[in-house]
Amino acid sequence: MLGVLFGFALTKGEAVSWFRIQEMFHFESFHMYGIFMTAIPCAALALTFIRKMNLRSMDGEPIVIPTKVYHHGIIIGSLIFGFGWALTGACPGPLYAQIGGGYLVTIVTFTAALFGTWTYAKFQRHFPD
Amino acid sequence: MEFLTRPWPWYVTGPIIGLTVPALLLLGNKKLGVSSTLRQICAATLPGKIPFLNYDWKKDQWNLFFVAGILIGGFMGGILFANPAPVAISQGTAQLLNAQGINDLSGLLPNELFNWKTLFSAKGFFLMVVGGFMVGFGTRYARGCTSGHGITGLAALQWPSLLATMSFFLGGIVISNFVLPIILSL
Repeated sequence: MLGVLFGFALTKGEAVSWFRIQEMFHFESFHMYGIFMTAIPCAALALTFIRKMNLRSMDGEPIVIPTKVYHHGIIIGSLIFGFGWALTGACPGPLYAQIGGGYLVTIVTFTAALFGTWTYAKFQRHFPD
Repeated sequence: MEFLTRPWPWYVTGPIIGLTVPALLLLGNKKLGVSSTLRQICAATLPGKIPFLNYDWKKDQWNLFFVAGILIGGFMGGILFANPAPVAISQGTAQLLNAQGINDLSGLLPNELFNWKTLFSAKGFFLMVVGGFMVGFGTRYARGCTSGHGITGLAALQWPSLLATMSFFLGGIVISNFVLPIILSL
């Protein structure tokens, strides 16, 4: 259900729009930046609240706030992902939304992304980590 | 009804996306991160004994339901309650795209580019096959995408995620401004 809401909000907010992505990378509109600049603080505030109140998840476990560790792929991988984002107009979330939105040809984009992930996995030890 | 068909302003979509992060944590300690599902699907379907794919992907099955939800959300937003008007991008971008041969600004993607016929041309090959490959490869190498690094990571004040976000924006800016015009002229 949450996924449906997330996908619907992404689509209605045009964050899955190839046009909006080009506009964002040309700094021609505030729209996409507005989405990031409201999404991140909303999430950050909620995380602070969860931490301060020591909230537990519905199964009663203590909530683990995600952490990320630096490795070289953070920069190299992200640059490559950025190249792909500008071409396809989609990061992984919108890949699904674009298919759902009736652009069946983006199943090809999605399959190529799967193959990209598989290629990374297969040759992982050859890339600087 | 009008609220459903009209595009949503950033201040509606942004908070919903942001609040998905705590919602998933509260529901079951789950981390928002979409690119992980690409790894899961690979682990579940593609052959080859690969250590990176040899993990208990079933443990994160919820994420597959989550992205199935995104697909349904995309169907609702893109078809069921589709915006009948062309996307209201800025004049500047619209003119630029027109100059590059994209005149149809309706829908989520340029109909002139993302179709089966274009797929088998150099243009379509770069946009869909090469582009898609780079999304899948890059996000896994970086261990996260816009949702995992850009939203979750930044909100949790993880500095590697800030580096990742800066890097994928840099990559996008370079391609969109300098390489895409060349591809579109093919």
